[in-house]
Amino acid sequence: MTAATGIGARVLRTEDKRFLTGTGRYVDDLPLARATYAYFLRSPHAHAKIKSIDISAAAKMPGVVNIFTGKDLVDAKVGGLICGWTVKDKHGQPHKAPAHPVMAVDTVRYVGDTVAMIVANSHDEAKDAAEAIKVDYDVKPATIDLAKAFDKGSAEVHPEAPGNLVYDWEIGVKADVDAAFAKAAHVTKLDLINNRLIPNAMEPRAAAAEYDKGTGHYTLWSTSQNPHVLRLILSAFVLGIPEHKLRVIAPDVGGGFGSKIFCYADETMVCWAASRVGRPIKWTAERSESFQTDCHGRDHVTHAELALDKDGKFLALKVETIANMGAYLSTFSTAVPTYLYATLLAGQYTTPLIYANVKAALTHTAPVDAYRGAGRPEATFVIESIVSKAAAEMKIDAAELRRKNFIPSTAFPYQTPVALQYDSGNYPPIIDEAMKIADYKGFEARRAEAKSRGKLRGIGFSSYIEACGLAPSQVVGSLGAGVGQWESAQIKFNPTGNVQVMTGAHSHGQGHETTFAQLIHDKLGVPMDQIEIVHGDTATTPFGMGTYGSRSLAVGGSAIVKATEKIIAKGKKVAAHLMEASVADVEFENGTFKVAGTDKSVPLAQVVFAAYVPHNYPHADTEPGMDENAFYDPANFVYPAGTQICELEIDPETGTTEIVAFTAIDDFGNIINPMIVEGQVHGGIVQGVGQALFEAAVYDKDTGQLISGSFMDYTMPRADNFPSFKLGYKTTPCPHNPLGVKGCGEAGAIASPAAVMNAVHNALAPIGVKHVEMPATSLNVWQSIQGAQRQAAE
Amino acid sequence: MYDFAYHRPKSVADAIGLLKSKPEARAMSGGMTLIPTLKQRLARPSDVVDLGGVKELAGIKVEGNNVVVGGMTRHADVASSAEVKAAIPALAYLAGHIGDPQVRNRGTIGGSVANNDPAADYPGAVLALNATVSTNTRKIAADDFFKGLFETALGEGELITGISFPKAEKAAYVKFPNPASRYAMVGVFVAKTASGVRVAVTGAGATVFRVKAMEEALAKNFSSAAIKDIKIPADGLNSDIHGSAEYRAHLVGVMARRAVDAANK
Ligand SMILES: Cc1cc2nc3c(=O)[nH]c(=O)nc-3n(C[C@H](O)[C@H](O)[C@H](O)COP(=O)(O)OP(=O)(O)OC[C@H]3O[C@@H](n4cnc5c(N)ncnc54)[C@H](O)[C@@H]3O)c2cc1C
Repeated sequence: MTAATGIGARVLRTEDKRFLTGTGRYVDDLPLARATYAYFLRSPHAHAKIKSIDISAAAKMPGVVNIFTGKDLVDAKVGGLICGWTVKDKHGQPHKAPAHPVMAVDTVRYVGDTVAMIVANSHDEAKDAAEAIKVDYDVKPATIDLAKAFDKGSAEVHPEAPGNLVYDWEIGVKADVDAAFAKAAHVTKLDLINNRLIPNAMEPRAAAAEYDKGTGHYTLWSTSQNPHVLRLILSAFVLGIPEHKLRVIAPDVGGGFGSKIFCYADETMVCWAASRVGRPIKWTAERSESFQTDCHGRDHVTHAELALDKDGKFLALKVETIANMGAYLSTFSTAVPTYLYATLLAGQYTTPLIYANVKAALTHTAPVDAYRGAGRPEATFVIESIVSKAAAEMKIDAAELRRKNFIPSTAFPYQTPVALQYDSGNYPPIIDEAMKIADYKGFEARRAEAKSRGKLRGIGFSSYIEACGLAPSQVVGSLGAGVGQWESAQIKFNPTGNVQVMTGAHSHGQGHETTFAQLIHDKLGVPMDQIEIVHGDTATTPFGMGTYGSRSLAVGGSAIVKATEKIIAKGKKVAAHLMEASVADVEFENGTFKVAGTDKSVPLAQVVFAAYVPHNYPHADTEPGMDENAFYDPANFVYPAGTQICELEIDPETGTTEIVAFTAIDDFGNIINPMIVEGQVHGGIVQGVGQALFEAAVYDKDTGQLISGSFMDYTMPRADNFPSFKLGYKTTPCPHNPLGVKGCGEAGAIASPAAVMNAVHNALAPIGVKHVEMPATSLNVWQSIQGAQRQAAE
Repeated sequence: MYDFAYHRPKSVADAIGLLKSKPEARAMSGGMTLIPTLKQRLARPSDVVDLGGVKELAGIKVEGNNVVVGGMTRHADVASSAEVKAAIPALAYLAGHIGDPQVRNRGTIGGSVANNDPAADYPGAVLALNATVSTNTRKIAADDFFKGLFETALGEGELITGISFPKAEKAAYVKFPNPASRYAMVGVFVAKTASGVRVAVTGAGATVFRVKAMEEALAKNFSSAAIKDIKIPADGLNSDIHGSAEYRAHLVGVMARRAVDAANK
């Protein structure tokens, strides 16, 4: 294999040529003849009864083709949107599953809830007509504040969920944990908020659909991370269009971060209405709509307690969390704060006893669902915050306390007390390397130097673990998932020797067209420019589960490897025939079949040609063609882990934080393309720092209006907020997938909030600040400093 | 955006003619504020009069002791102007820290000052340098120009043709940007000109304002130590998710001291 393009090579991204030259094709770029344009009228109220909707004036507006309301869907017997994961509460009862009508019927439940769809000859005409729709709302009190969602007087979001409780779920044995706490030498307690975030993918959500009256076929183009799953949901649960009559295409997609996994009202309506309108329909969200209606992320209120013995060994961990679901249960919402959160609470540590209780709440806010890391950032933030707090309280060095409690490398596979079994890992060398690169030893000198400039310098650790590569189907099935989580691949050679690889994963920024091609090149020796990775179209790719949960390489890549094995096995038969050798003697290397111990060889391209032009062919036991399919269901999750160290300076006069150094050492298993991995880590760190220092979805606590509803008020992290990152790897290959790979897509975002906040607390501790919530904005930090000064004065 | 008629006159006279003949017409300079407003359907002008073709409005001249910046002059041109950098480097610095490169290459001083966004940067310079705003009909002193939230002394159909800034002996602008928008959450422009010391604060209140107590202290002793005990009352200051009124009041003091130190460098 040429090292230049195989596994481990920093190959420039093939897809970037079209992205950087403006020739990418996104949903909104589609030229559809006779297209109409949809605009959705959204609720301006957080909670109101719809007394009436009068569309008569709007229907007469120029260019209007059709207007639909929730009642039309009821009349057409359209199903509601679904939550695909059933979580059983602590009494074994399935979670409360309130109805989720595609468009509001008689009640609106958040600002942005969909009230009507206007289809017109142009976007502007649709919008003009929307202004002419008269909706008579009876505005009701709304439940906005998560901490008050379960209070007696709080307005109920759905009658099906009394007291706004979706489930009261637990893992672990509380009595055992309580007993361990009773014997503890030290208990650290922590209250924290995991702030609500808005994903803000660069490309807003968009959909377009076309109906072919002749064949009864629908084609839906959607900004989806998982087109097959979207088709399955629309077919089986919502619209009832048979799967074979619905083609879903997710072309180039400009970022998702989870927000494009889910099945939303918008694409559902665009698809449904296409046949009624009789012309194609296009819709693209405006940025304000994205803010209001994309599923938000995080939003937990948590109380945690850690019990330690006198030497700092963790004895037990107790966590109570209230998780916000928003106004409706989105596609994967229920699983995020349970199976993707509480099962991660062991972190990298041997904590023998863990109990977690999670209560999911409904509020009159946008639905909350998986967002980059999904549950695992929340878990890491709890663990890594409380560990650093315990270290400070017990006056043990933060790295030392971590090291004392790391799962030893000899203990793998390691069964945690919270269901997961970690397959592999070796944590101490990771933190050692991180401390070396970050020059931890020199920190106190740097702190003193900063002080001489009037700055407060702090350093913070975050040693994370994540379970990704979602997921073993049997396991997730037993936990209530409505789908399996295998992945598929098809390798289809053309007679001339080039190859198309169909994957069920979907690339929306991850660079699969490059990474997967490197795999094929490495395994089959086909030159990179002879390989095409095909994804995102249910008509051309085998059924697959899509891209999220850092699964594409670990699961999808493994499926590709399995398919290459089938190609090689078949190729050997053909090659043996061509070389008049026995199959057992044929070896495959660097794209060439050879007879062991001879100089006889035949290149793969020739074998492929023979398979399609089988004039001289082992017909007796071999079918013509070179086209193989594989499905791969992982044996376990994969468990990337690492340590990040953040060093920052705070200006105590203004409260402004500047990150001055950031180190991340990761174990991602084997790495296919280090450049792409670095890109993923950079982006992940930036998103996590965004959460820690800048980003917050803020609703008015009474009216439920989204205050941070534009980039004027929602602070995105920007390039000038960051130093250059120092990255490194300490690899333990994954033992159960053929590539030995783990996942790298979410790690940065999972670990970094805790690294930053631990550094903030470390910087502020000398001046008496006890706790700062995320985001540690300048205002927030300044107020915390003021508070500490007031307390000191009293 | 609602439909409107578009005009691109070549002279101020033609522009005024259009604005006067169409009561619902709006002038457009860089369009950096106007166009987003139109897109969000917050304004519905019948006509948009684009001043981009009016050559006489753009450009920078030094006239005696003053730097005169034409109304259509883009922020990027002020930031990179050798004349401005030589005469009032703080003004070039301010212009170079407005928004992002795209905004600086489109946005204009006339548009910014006419719009009088409470968080805009230029009003700080106009007021602190005691500049004079020229319109097609008159000259308006800075102290008389900024009236309130998005409110100025400009009348209907009156256009800013240029702004004349007296050269400063010492001047500096220090901005605490809003973390999200990067407009000024608090911006303090400190200037020592022939007419005395002025301290103008933008971002913190409904409109730009002067801090007389600081001006008096600095007139006696132009050093940050001279103003370190001057507290700005939080009453009436802006308050939002990025900064409470108390925080803004505090930042006025910090930014003022830093501006004085920068001016003394
Ligand atoms: C992303 C972004 C970031 C920004 N950041 C900052 C920042 O950090 N600091 C800052 O100060 N500003 C900022 N701005 C504002 C920008 O710099 C412009 O100054 C502002 O938009 C107005 O200038 P304009 O030339 O674009 O005016 P326009 O948008 O063309 O016009 C604005 C208003 O002024 C009127 N008008 C225009 N020209 C004249 C004239 N000659 N006489 C009378 N009335 C006139 C128009 O009718 C309109 O009502 C930002 C803008 C954007 C879009």
